[in-house]
Amino acid sequence: MGPTVAGLLQVALLLVLLAACYVPLGDYMARVFTAERDWRVESALYRLVRVDAAGAQRWPTYAAGVLGFSFVSIVLLYLLQRLQPLLPMSFDRGAVEPAMALNTAISFVTNTNWQSYVPEQVLGNTVQMAGLTVQNVVSAAVGLAVAVAVIRGFVRSGTDRIGNFWVDLTRGVVRILVPFAFVAAILLVAMGVTMSLRSGVDGIPLAPTASQEAVKMLGTNGGGIFNANSAHPFENPTALSNLFEIFLMLVIPVCLTRTFGTMVNNRRQGTVLLSVMGVLWGAMLAVAWFAETHPNGPATLAAGGALEGKEVRFGIPGSVLFGVSTTGTSTGAVNSLHDSYTGGAGGAVLLNILFGEVAPGGVGAGLYGILVLAVVAVFLAGLMVGRTPEYLGKKLGRREVTAAVVAILAMPTLVLVGTGLAIALPGTRDALNNDGAHGFSEVLYAFASAANNNGSAFAGITVTSDFFQTALGLAMLFGRFVPILAVLALAGSLAQQRRAEPTAGTLATDKPLFGVLVGGTIVLVAALTFFPALALGPLAEALS
Amino acid sequence: MLSTLRRQTSTGLRLLVVFTVLCGIVYPLAVWGVSRAFVPSAEGSILPTGGSSLIGIDPVAADPAADPYFHTRPSASSEDVLGPADPTTSGGSNKAGDSADLLDAVSQRRALIAEREGVAPEAVPTDAVTASGSGLDPDISPAYAALQVPRVARVTGLPEAEVERLVAGASDGRILGFLGEPTVNVPELNAAVAGS
Repeated sequence: MGPTVAGLLQVALLLVLLAACYVPLGDYMARVFTAERDWRVESALYRLVRVDAAGAQRWPTYAAGVLGFSFVSIVLLYLLQRLQPLLPMSFDRGAVEPAMALNTAISFVTNTNWQSYVPEQVLGNTVQMAGLTVQNVVSAAVGLAVAVAVIRGFVRSGTDRIGNFWVDLTRGVVRILVPFAFVAAILLVAMGVTMSLRSGVDGIPLAPTASQEAVKMLGTNGGGIFNANSAHPFENPTALSNLFEIFLMLVIPVCLTRTFGTMVNNRRQGTVLLSVMGVLWGAMLAVAWFAETHPNGPATLAAGGALEGKEVRFGIPGSVLFGVSTTGTSTGAVNSLHDSYTGGAGGAVLLNILFGEVAPGGVGAGLYGILVLAVVAVFLAGLMVGRTPEYLGKKLGRREVTAAVVAILAMPTLVLVGTGLAIALPGTRDALNNDGAHGFSEVLYAFASAANNNGSAFAGITVTSDFFQTALGLAMLFGRFVPILAVLALAGSLAQQRRAEPTAGTLATDKPLFGVLVGGTIVLVAALTFFPALALGPLAEALS
Repeated sequence: MLSTLRRQTSTGLRLLVVFTVLCGIVYPLAVWGVSRAFVPSAEGSILPTGGSSLIGIDPVAADPAADPYFHTRPSASSEDVLGPADPTTSGGSNKAGDSADLLDAVSQRRALIAEREGVAPEAVPTDAVTASGSGLDPDISPAYAALQVPRVARVTGLPEAEVERLVAGASDGRILGFLGEPTVNVPELNAAVAGS
């Protein structure tokens, strides 16, 4: 069997696994967020921390919860790193210096997991477990909560309440992320992933890998416990663990479209969005796979193939499948170096991020990301036929469209301003690992990754300077919270409206035509915004 | 608004403390407990001869003219174009296909390996001249293993057929017949050669 056929079978198995989970997991998540009753452990927890779990919140209160929780998370994670010498199992790895600690704290709280440090040298077990693993779980739960609040905006009618953030957050942690991550971690250990509390053996660093690996993928986080991330044999030892890790990062974002369909009581609304995600993911996979098997760089041709930065056990198919899935979700874990990809494949993974990470997107973030794009698609269609646009029985007026546009435009603004600023600064050239078009791609990728909360990198770039630590830190922060505030405002505004019955002029949003419109909107927004930047970077490289 | 924010933030802090205990202590320690009890290899798959079967660090021969080892792929963390990796900094070169540095490294590796194995430069396979993503890739392609068999047989005095048998013992096909690529595990192979 040739590598291409084997690779296609691998893709097929992945799709079968995802399809098998689609209905049960999607419906389970819908039940989690609509159930009236709390689990006993949850009620106990609410009493313990004195949370008012009964009261539903208006959107500003819900948003205040998101911001407040994330703020204290950043502070705690920063302090843990700064106070590392006082913590147990730190292996004399010292206090993390302030700019790096702040960048890392923002990075993990915003579900980005961008890493400017070498984990196996800088962080001990306590910061890894009590700091980073915790944020791997709760930052994903925040994304889930926001997505569910937005769905409620469409479902509810004539109310200003969109749910209770603390209940949504707790249920995401207790009923979804922790139990599934535990099972996944045990399976990963069985597949050969390490799990050790020792500092190392024979000079090789060890770490509590499996527990973090599981939630790193399941929560679309992506921060490696080792510098080489999922390329490291301790994190990803076999082709089987590789496929399982790809499955883990896709499974919640994919199944959330079912959750959406179930909650809005029209399953086909979810399938339409899923097909858009699937087509984009498949297209990017095809481009990246083709480019890697048809390389054009002189060094790659001299080597006889694109294996620089790849592991033998994964080969090209297992590497591009991972690369496209990690950039289509907001994971950002890597099992091969995107910086060493060919121009075409590097461009594909970069474009996948620049689509706004909706193929299928991060946990929660992917769903609310594609929902705002769907809102814009409905609005554009409404303009074309001259009717008031409606989506799921809700009229899309000035407030709704403004909120959607703010959510969509925050990321491109951060990426383009950040990249432009970095290129204009004289010191940036020294930070790059490659010259010419590829060097430009390294900067563009860095800001795209930060503003989209992805966290992968064209990792040759050195980002430890004060400028990059600060600029990328701000990009992560605004790239996360501006869209969250905008979509929560959208949810609040939608929930207040009474549901309008569909008329003859209403655009059917559960039909393939609407999928084409949403897909077109995604591609158009990205193309109009980023074409000049992409032409200077990956396109120039691919065509040279 | 400000008082809402303050109240929500203090709720958030209390909940975060609970989640830190649940997700940061209970959850990882539970996974660790299970792995300790049932999967001893989770402590790093240590070989009886030292080192880990998961970690490829290129062995250095005391006398390069009589080199008895199978070699791993190049590592970006090594000081020279070929040479042992530094396991404390995993990672790759991050060099692109149009990088002059990478072209230079590939050419040097091809020449050095061809000379070491006594073959034509074109016979050296791709994985032998490219650095892995982790810098610690324990595997090589069957082609690169086959290339090294005659030298290892000559230096160790083992019959070639015996060395080929050892290579086969350290080889894995695609998992389930289609996952990943065929591999030869170098740390296991060198341990097997040393034990013969």
